[in-house]
Amino acid sequence: MVGITAFGAYLPRYRLDRKEMAKAISWINASTLGLASGERTVANYDEDAITLAVAASRNAITDPSSIFKRKGVLHAASTSFPYAERLNSAIISEALECADIVSTADFTGSARAGTTALLAGLERIQAGAASWGIITASEVRKTRPGSSDEFLQGDGGATVLLGKDRVIAAFVGSLSFSADFPSPLREPSKPFPRVWEERWIRDEGFTKLIPQAIKTYLAQKSLSPESFRFIIYPCPYPREHGLIGKMAGFSDEQILNPLFLTVGDTGSAHPLLLLAWALEQSCPKDQILLVGYGSGVDVLHFEVTDLVGSVKPAKSLEEMLNRKAPISYQKFLAFREVLEVETGLRGEFQAESPLSVMWRNRKALLGLVGSRCTQCGTPQFPPQRVCVVSECQAVNKMEPYSFSRKKATIFSYTGDNLAFSYDPPQIYGIVDFEEGGRMMLDFTDCSLGELQVGMEVELSFRRKYHDRHRGVHTYFWKAVPVTAKH
Amino acid sequence: MASGIKDKVAIIGMGCTKFGERWDASAEDLMVEAFQEALEDAGIEKKEIEAAWLGTCFDEVNVGKSGIPLSQTLKLQNIPVTRVENFCATGTEAFRGACYAVASGAVKIALALGVEKLKDTGYGGLPDFGSVMGTLNRFILPNFTAPGGFALMATRYFAKYGINPEEGKRALAKISCKSHRAGALNPKAHLRKEITEEQVLKAPIIAWPLGLFDCCGVSDGAAAAIVTTPEIARSIRKDPVFVKALQVAATSGEELYTTRWDGTYLKTTTEAAIRAYKEAGIQKPREEISILEVHDCFSITELVTYEDLQISERGRAIHDINDGLFELTGKIPCQSDGGLKCFGHPIGASGLRMIYEVYKQLQGKAGPRQIPNPKLGLTHNLGGIPAFSVCSVAIFGL
Repeated sequence: MVGITAFGAYLPRYRLDRKEMAKAISWINASTLGLASGERTVANYDEDAITLAVAASRNAITDPSSIFKRKGVLHAASTSFPYAERLNSAIISEALECADIVSTADFTGSARAGTTALLAGLERIQAGAASWGIITASEVRKTRPGSSDEFLQGDGGATVLLGKDRVIAAFVGSLSFSADFPSPLREPSKPFPRVWEERWIRDEGFTKLIPQAIKTYLAQKSLSPESFRFIIYPCPYPREHGLIGKMAGFSDEQILNPLFLTVGDTGSAHPLLLLAWALEQSCPKDQILLVGYGSGVDVLHFEVTDLVGSVKPAKSLEEMLNRKAPISYQKFLAFREVLEVETGLRGEFQAESPLSVMWRNRKALLGLVGSRCTQCGTPQFPPQRVCVVSECQAVNKMEPYSFSRKKATIFSYTGDNLAFSYDPPQIYGIVDFEEGGRMMLDFTDCSLGELQVGMEVELSFRRKYHDRHRGVHTYFWKAVPVTAKH
Repeated sequence: MASGIKDKVAIIGMGCTKFGERWDASAEDLMVEAFQEALEDAGIEKKEIEAAWLGTCFDEVNVGKSGIPLSQTLKLQNIPVTRVENFCATGTEAFRGACYAVASGAVKIALALGVEKLKDTGYGGLPDFGSVMGTLNRFILPNFTAPGGFALMATRYFAKYGINPEEGKRALAKISCKSHRAGALNPKAHLRKEITEEQVLKAPIIAWPLGLFDCCGVSDGAAAAIVTTPEIARSIRKDPVFVKALQVAATSGEELYTTRWDGTYLKTTTEAAIRAYKEAGIQKPREEISILEVHDCFSITELVTYEDLQISERGRAIHDINDGLFELTGKIPCQSDGGLKCFGHPIGASGLRMIYEVYKQLQGKAGPRQIPNPKLGLTHNLGGIPAFSVCSVAIFGL
């Protein structure tokens, strides 16, 4: 039996009220007024498709040592990866500390990439090429101001883990067909896609191809719509979404809410995000039909097992939905680099990023792996050759030590108005680890007023900077205050 | 056992330019200005100087690397010239090189000159730290600034001693106001107006909890010292100033990499001061030191330094501040020239500017700011931020 063994979603903290969007920009495109309800998720300035994938995966992987044993696969899907060359899934694998034991692949090109990545992962494990897999999909997309897409989309990520043991949703069957439906269309150097008439996209695309694929699968397996608990499919247009399921023969109760009012459509991540939500609500023996759409259609069929109740993500989708802070439309544009804002000299200067340094230190920079002195037991970061404890100072007696999941508290903090930030003030400080070690770190996803010395924080993988001139994105870890669980 | 530097080196001449936004002057202009004053003060000829140390920090925006900028500007005739840098402790580092050259017997007369031309960087405040922390740190440290780095210590200090931020900010405000009272009397200072506590408290926040008036500004300036043996010094002038102690301490990494440091003091200042007092034979600093010139890059730095130098007890600096101990008219005047607060901080020059003030005070040449009968003066020159620092403490006397 091959199937899903765990899952986790990630939503960024910021929310953009669609009514505020409409006030700011619907003057250029009155049709967006009809979309001005609810709110959409907006990634922070230090988040991108890679960081969202890592966050969702860390939600799904609650016990790394139980998974990272034999060879696995890691598939990352997005249409908004930062890199066209430099494997994004390789960066993600380092952040998750499994780089040495996974076969990585990027899946891209359409919003179907998430389900395609999932299908490919299942098939590789079925074929015996690997024992387990991390399938992650995430999007932080750029949209043209005033476009429908800007209103309809949201930023988010989701991960499912695959395996042969302790499966909570078994893979039953699938269907996948390819079709060059050429909207949206974007060459790598262009920031925004080209799209055609919306009516044609809905009527010839979504509402024709998705029901056709579902019906074909059901016919092939001699199944009827009634057998399914959930039918999950993406369609960014809120009015049309419900129609598609009905056309395929499903009832309202079976069609999983696509979360337009609270999230927006998260592209290649959306099917996996909704799947994660469905699994939180599922019971043993439930049948789930999962659809991905974009240049074709993927249909995946899962059956929930008895073990579903025993697996929970570190953070539930509801928790992620309830963690929010408002953002203005102008900040949203600036964060996505759609609006060029005055950064001053401090924001302009960026020193060269030596690639040889990034390679040599990848475990520390991407994995937050430091060292622990085997003589005195003190963890230290960055990894040291000479122990920093004055009574010890042992040389070359270190072993690798992972910091990213360790409990930590705020030693001190400040909000700096002089240092450059896209979201001033620049908040940073010093963090102490309960089991030893200390780091000076940026803080993110918080306001200055909510911080206190002694507060617990958790580590989050973020984009450190984007060197726009040279086209380099670098990554490191930041501290985020731990909020009480709801 | 090493015998230390006490009474082995004497200063016979010093110079200090007007500090400020010297848009009119290049670094070369500033170097000549400081050097000529020092030379005249010493009453020697340039060719008698046998070795020189140049202190500058941000060479990229300044004069460039190596000692050549100094030798080319002053037209030093093929003597040894060394450029040194130790963040904001650079000025004292240049002085240290010159002193050890004389104390070792390698040369008879040596020059130390510090200069910094910060107003050509285009920044308000110090330039981006991105390129000065090393390549790995660029990837792992926050995009921090000096105010932010010291703000972290203010928050820890207030938390440890149970001081609420409003009370803490008021004590810090007193420090800045005190320094401005002295700076107003100093023609070489950049900022020459007095300020009020209310102005300080209402000033915009730079890095919470530090406001604009808790921070020294950036400026241009240069300062120079000519040092020699005690014998030559006494033959040249009646009032040479002797180096009693010269200590530097650099962090081992313990403050930043372990949880042992509690964030409320400078470990390097503390260690350098202990060794400096031992070197100078001082047992009761609070009784014996007549004048303090400390590294008041931020008001919190000065507050904590009173404790690190064993002048105030740990956690009790606020009481000494409120008692007026450090006023120009107080028992141990601190920043009698206005300090970094009024001069600004041209990094390479500041350490030498501090020595200049102590030198003039000991010689009775401080005019309206003169302290009655000073015996021993201490300079404290601090580089980095509390989490990783390098500090020099020097003591002078007649």
